[in-house]
Amino acid sequence: MSATDIPRHAMPERPVRRSLARQVLPYAMLSPAVLVTLAIVFLPMLQTAWMSLHEYVLFRPKDFDFIGLDNFRAVFHDEVFWISLRHTLIWIGVTVPAQLLLGLVTALLLNQDFPWRPLARALIIIPWALPSVVIALMWAWIYDSNYGVMNDFLLRLGVIQSSVPWLANPDTALGAIMLTLTWQGFPFFAVMILAGLQAIPKSYYEAASIDGASAWRQFRHITLPGISGVLVTAVLLRVIWVANSFDVIFVMTGGGPGYATYTLPLYAFIKARTNLDFGYGSALAVTFTILLMIIVVIYLRRTGKALR
Amino acid sequence: MALKRKSLRRRILTVDLPMLAILAFTLGPYLWMFLTSITPESRLFTVGPSISGATVENYTRLFRTVGFADNLLDSFIVASGTVVVGLSLSVTAAYSFSRFTFRGRRMLMMQFLLINMFPLVLLILPLFVLMRVLGLLDSHLALIIANSTIAIPFSVWMMTSYMNGIPRSLDEAAMTDGCTRLGAMLRVVLPLCLPGIIATGIYIFITAWNEYLYALTLGGRNVRTITVAVQTLIGEYEVQWGLLTAGGIVGAMPATVLFLLVQKRLISGLTQGAVKG
Repeated sequence: MSATDIPRHAMPERPVRRSLARQVLPYAMLSPAVLVTLAIVFLPMLQTAWMSLHEYVLFRPKDFDFIGLDNFRAVFHDEVFWISLRHTLIWIGVTVPAQLLLGLVTALLLNQDFPWRPLARALIIIPWALPSVVIALMWAWIYDSNYGVMNDFLLRLGVIQSSVPWLANPDTALGAIMLTLTWQGFPFFAVMILAGLQAIPKSYYEAASIDGASAWRQFRHITLPGISGVLVTAVLLRVIWVANSFDVIFVMTGGGPGYATYTLPLYAFIKARTNLDFGYGSALAVTFTILLMIIVVIYLRRTGKALR
Repeated sequence: MALKRKSLRRRILTVDLPMLAILAFTLGPYLWMFLTSITPESRLFTVGPSISGATVENYTRLFRTVGFADNLLDSFIVASGTVVVGLSLSVTAAYSFSRFTFRGRRMLMMQFLLINMFPLVLLILPLFVLMRVLGLLDSHLALIIANSTIAIPFSVWMMTSYMNGIPRSLDEAAMTDGCTRLGAMLRVVLPLCLPGIIATGIYIFITAWNEYLYALTLGGRNVRTITVAVQTLIGEYEVQWGLLTAGGIVGAMPATVLFLLVQKRLISGLTQGAVKG
């Protein structure tokens, strides 16, 4: 952009052309990616915002009435919105810490010396590679009320007295799905934290153990400070990812029973897909995005600092 | 000697056994799915999944009567198309980010990071409307475009990180020898970060292969990817868990194998930024 500001006639021909080329080149090389993302990401996003200000139901394509912020007003008076928001918060508040804890333990173990470590490290990331649909169906089979292995297992241990329909019971459905998502997401934490652990110099631990520091104190004063940066980044990334992901819920319960497993993005998706109410669905999606942006901005500021 | 034996027992108790427990939790569901898929349908609901009397009946049915081969092909076309689009558009962008300082660089980089964090639900509604207007619903192109919304920013970031690992002095040497900027990029930098490009491409392939919601919304009767096909097994055939789990195993196979193949390089690329930051 700044290149065009240079008065072209004021300077001799050749150096200008060369420096002009040098200034334009970075932008020219960026333009394919930037233009395409403008077309397939930013324009559609604006369209969502635009749709959210209209009454727009897909089976009445002629009606596209501007109604201002009416959809958003309706959102705040919508009981299902508040239910979904509460579930979204529980969903994030339980799943991310559970993934983090299990990931941390796994990473600490993988950082020890044992003969089959490479094998364990390769196998641990399998959940990460599986398609969400397969994960959802696999766990639906495990939770099955008649033939599921979960009931079988717990009955034998004597934890439960009779079979529980895990996904059909409103009290257990959300918890069951959160366990599934914990399973899917903890390898990510394990891998990230392991990378952080390996960046801590071994000499710190040697020095500490010479000084007689216990294992716990070493963990508390060397390990935790050493991986705190990775932890914060991984948690932020995961909160965003978990908040956004609703494919596992959609396949496992479709939001049911009742509204027991509705989260915000799922609600927006169902509104548009099942009710074909694209106006209201867009308003829900926009509301969710605005809420999510709080965390995204925190993450971007962190990364932005690292870029300098 | 005694000390050594004691420390070995200690290691087994504090490292090997906990690790085994976590691995059992990690692999258990997957192995259970596999076991279910090789159990004959008649025995599944009487004795439960078991290794005795193993059969490939579910797998042959999957390909003979359900037509899984077509779905695999659809998934392959969509995933490969996304790889081509994602990589080709981001090579020059990554080079630009890695080699030049210019006004707006940081903002543009952040913009690519931001895209990856937008809720999918925000994009899926307008993309559906857009594809409907363009008449692209139920085509491979629609799914390739939709998957590219994730693939392009991801690959710009990954490739920038790989290119940053290649010394600038190499470009300069090439240019002193008479290469142009583009020549230096094509002949020197790209060959050197080829492993990184391949890892990025494979990761894009896996994500596109595993993608479900776009495929469900923008696909249809003609283009039905493997993830959608696995899911529709529930509706069309009641719940035949044997068939369904076989579908799950087949659908997950390519991504799992690829992931295991490139995991080392991939993970170092993915975690590099996080560790530094």
